[in-house]
Amino acid sequence: MSINTATSASLPAVTHRRRRSLAHSKWPVLILFLPPALLLFTVLVILPMGEAAWYSFFNWNGYGSPTQWIGLRNYQLIFRNGAFTQALINNGLIVLVSVLVQIPLALWLATMISSRIKGALFFRLIFFLPYVLADVAAGMIWRFVYDGDFGLVGGIAHFFGADPPFWLADRDVAMYAILGVVVWKYFGFHMMLFIAGLQAIDKSVLEAADIDGATGFQKFRLVTLPLLGSTVRLSVFFGVVGSLQLFDMIMPLTGGGPSNSTQTLVTFLYNFGVTRMQIGFGSAVGVVLFVICVTLAFTYKRVFMRND
Amino acid sequence: MTDISAARPIDAASAPSSGQRVRTTTQVYIYVSLILVAAIVVVPLVSTALGGFKTLGDLRGNPFGLPTEWQWANYTDIILSKRYWLQMSNSLIIALLTVFLTLAFGAMAAFCFAHIRFFGSSYLLNYFLIGLMFPAATAILPLYIRIRDLGLIDTYWGVVLPQVAFGLGMSIMLFRNYFRNLPTELFDAAFVDGCGYMRFFWHVTLPLSRPIIATVGIIAFVSSWNNYIVPLIMLNSESRYPWPLGIMIYRGEFSTEWQLVLAFITLTILPTIIAFFLAQKHIIAGLTAGAVKS
Repeated sequence: MSINTATSASLPAVTHRRRRSLAHSKWPVLILFLPPALLLFTVLVILPMGEAAWYSFFNWNGYGSPTQWIGLRNYQLIFRNGAFTQALINNGLIVLVSVLVQIPLALWLATMISSRIKGALFFRLIFFLPYVLADVAAGMIWRFVYDGDFGLVGGIAHFFGADPPFWLADRDVAMYAILGVVVWKYFGFHMMLFIAGLQAIDKSVLEAADIDGATGFQKFRLVTLPLLGSTVRLSVFFGVVGSLQLFDMIMPLTGGGPSNSTQTLVTFLYNFGVTRMQIGFGSAVGVVLFVICVTLAFTYKRVFMRND
Repeated sequence: MTDISAARPIDAASAPSSGQRVRTTTQVYIYVSLILVAAIVVVPLVSTALGGFKTLGDLRGNPFGLPTEWQWANYTDIILSKRYWLQMSNSLIIALLTVFLTLAFGAMAAFCFAHIRFFGSSYLLNYFLIGLMFPAATAILPLYIRIRDLGLIDTYWGVVLPQVAFGLGMSIMLFRNYFRNLPTELFDAAFVDGCGYMRFFWHVTLPLSRPIIATVGIIAFVSSWNNYIVPLIMLNSESRYPWPLGIMIYRGEFSTEWQLVLAFITLTILPTIIAFFLAQKHIIAGLTAGAVKS
């Protein structure tokens, strides 16, 4: 690919002239190739987002057309709702765990796998496997694992003669149990990002550090880690984005309960907007989620990923 | 969007060329750590599969070990049932339609952005890239109203079209970046020979784009196969449920019989696991491409 890009860069003048001389023939292809994507995207992505903003000012159950204008009342209701606050806190917790637990774990495993050992390929596959599984399936499997009567945690407790624990039914513990599943499911993805980042590091830099007598840990802290900066920032970004979308996994595990202790923004939207057919309220939650997503994406890219 | 031409796909299959020589003590430490983590990954999966072979009583006393008596009937009953095959084929139909439309619409639009200069092309590209910034969940209620008004509730298309629409941003970005890096000489030669844009697209661009078609296809397939929220909102009748919904219904029905639920989970994730081990190189490269290249 590098050869191709080099040659294409050296021939811009020629291409321009040829393209301009054939400019008349570009309209049929534009008229044929662009509209399918443009239409679908506009009708099913952009318009619904705009409509969400519009519907959010109404009290509407979805039948007929929205008539009962209530202004910003839906937004007031959202921010006064304890479950919503809990959802915000939980989403923050997921980001925190992603940054403080998942990324160090992924980096640690990536450095070990990247060192010259036998079976590296095997471990990579195993660690990536949970990421390929559907969130719903992972949630189901861990619901079994956490089950106090029939599951693995119950079995361990039984072995030690303790009472069967029911973590998912305990409002003080359930969220931490879910955080464990999140790490289990996604660390392999972050590890792959780090393996790719490690492969891109110039070996001669590490050899130079070797010659200067740096220890393994010094090399990691002073050479590898700074060179992985862009990968770390990318990894954090995906942790944040993923946390904002977390829904599929929560539904089989707890569905947002017990007593709303494990709601995330999307489960809140589902439980309070969709299942009760509160189109206006649910749309308002969607708008809040949209604003959070876009603000985070923009500021993060602006502030942290400027040079990447 | 940053320039991606330098980013290499993540290659899982070839042995790592990097790394320094490792001492024995470090090696022991590395293997112990890796095996420990691997166990945490694998034990829940294996005990789920084994749990499907147990009786409920066996499961209660012995969730980790081998079944005292192998209950093959748990599995065979599900394999011989209509609902298993129905939900698998529903998932497959929805995924294949999603993949086909995502590839077709994405590649066509990306071709315009990569090769044709027209007024507003960069604005239009950025318009599509807005779709990368928020998940389908944000607009799910108006999307439901829209699909209902189009009369597509409870049809495959009601699931497929939103999935394609929300996948377009990523697929257009990946396709466009790839198309732009194809050698320009091809383009010039084809035009000298009197080849138009469409024939160029069909006879030159597409045959050269197999790797990116595979990547976009895998992303679209996996995200459709695993999708839960869109079919949950758009489908009503159980006969059209894809497997993530089917599995939830099954659990609701047999909530007291964990061994059956475990057998059911195992059988539904089995195709994914088999496909993953058969095509791991492509799947890992595909699923991480969107991240590395954005």
